[in-house]
Amino acid sequence: MSILNFFSRNRSSAPVAKDRLQLLLAHERVLSGRPDLAAVLQKEILAVIAKHIPIDQDKVVVKLDRGAKVSTLEIDIEMPDEVIAQG
Amino acid sequence: MSKVMVVTSGKGGVGKTTSSASLGAALAQAGQNVVLVDFDVGLRNLDLVMGAERRVVFDLVNVVQGDAKLPQALIRDKRVETLYLLPASQTRDKDALTEEGVGRVIAELRERFDWIVCDSPAGIEKGAQLAMRFADIAVVVTNPEVSSVRDSDRIIGMLDSKTLRAETGERLEKHLLLTRYDAARATKGEMMKVEDILEILAIPLLGIVAESPDVLTASNVGSPVTLHNPASAAARSYTDAARRLMGESVAINTPAEKRGLMSRLFGRKAAAA
Repeated sequence: MSILNFFSRNRSSAPVAKDRLQLLLAHERVLSGRPDLAAVLQKEILAVIAKHIPIDQDKVVVKLDRGAKVSTLEIDIEMPDEVIAQG
Repeated sequence: MSKVMVVTSGKGGVGKTTSSASLGAALAQAGQNVVLVDFDVGLRNLDLVMGAERRVVFDLVNVVQGDAKLPQALIRDKRVETLYLLPASQTRDKDALTEEGVGRVIAELRERFDWIVCDSPAGIEKGAQLAMRFADIAVVVTNPEVSSVRDSDRIIGMLDSKTLRAETGERLEKHLLLTRYDAARATKGEMMKVEDILEILAIPLLGIVAESPDVLTASNVGSPVTLHNPASAAARSYTDAARRLMGESVAINTPAEKRGLMSRLFGRKAAAA
């Protein structure tokens, strides 16, 4: 760690805190009172896919990254080869 | 053997969440498999202190209610690969957690982790009771201040009566973690002495963490102080406390205003757990 870092560390953390809070609260204020959007989306997306292929619920990985302008919802579903072949 | 550890206090604002994050991270940094579980349903903050707030999809309530599987709700730390977070829910009501449901989740966590660190909400209501219910070890976070000590005494009473271990007659390990200790004020006699607090609460001392700007800075950037500034006094206090939890014998030093020869000589020895 450089000497510059050492002196600037304490002073520079408050703006980081502000940025993180603004981003988080912008999302939470929109979502308050509404059902958990990620959970609803996951359930409905999986229901659509399940109409066509069997899904093992344990093999579904859901990731979310909330950004200032764009958030990404990532849903990984494992499809065994024999399932695709049947479809 | 997995250990369920509740971090509790009764009083709010004494440093439960900070201590959960720092102790959990320190255990993980020592190679242990650790999961931090936020029990503060409706007012979660462990995600923010851990810097994982942008990645929360599912939470403890989703898992308890069967809306998500446990692996889907666990968030892996980006800095320490053996450290995970199970966040609390932000929007649902506190009755969403049931003893049976929490018991099921804890049993599942026991299969995967060495340490299950339960960050308790403040107060003595259902949330705090569920957080301590399945604990093997309790860390009581206390500030050297009358109302905090009084509330800690109340919580110790609950640990001795409301936990599963208490009800089945098994021993529940209890430790005192003294936080926000101000050496300058203690020297002037403006703050309760460590000895006095230990005499009143009568449980062994796990560590003393001095009031420190490093802790605030670490929270600001979303990192436990043991990761953000490992060389700081606060980080070293937490790292030493984690080593004591793992059974190592590490002497406890009372933070001093100026670390002179006397304070080095008269470091306090950890009480046997």
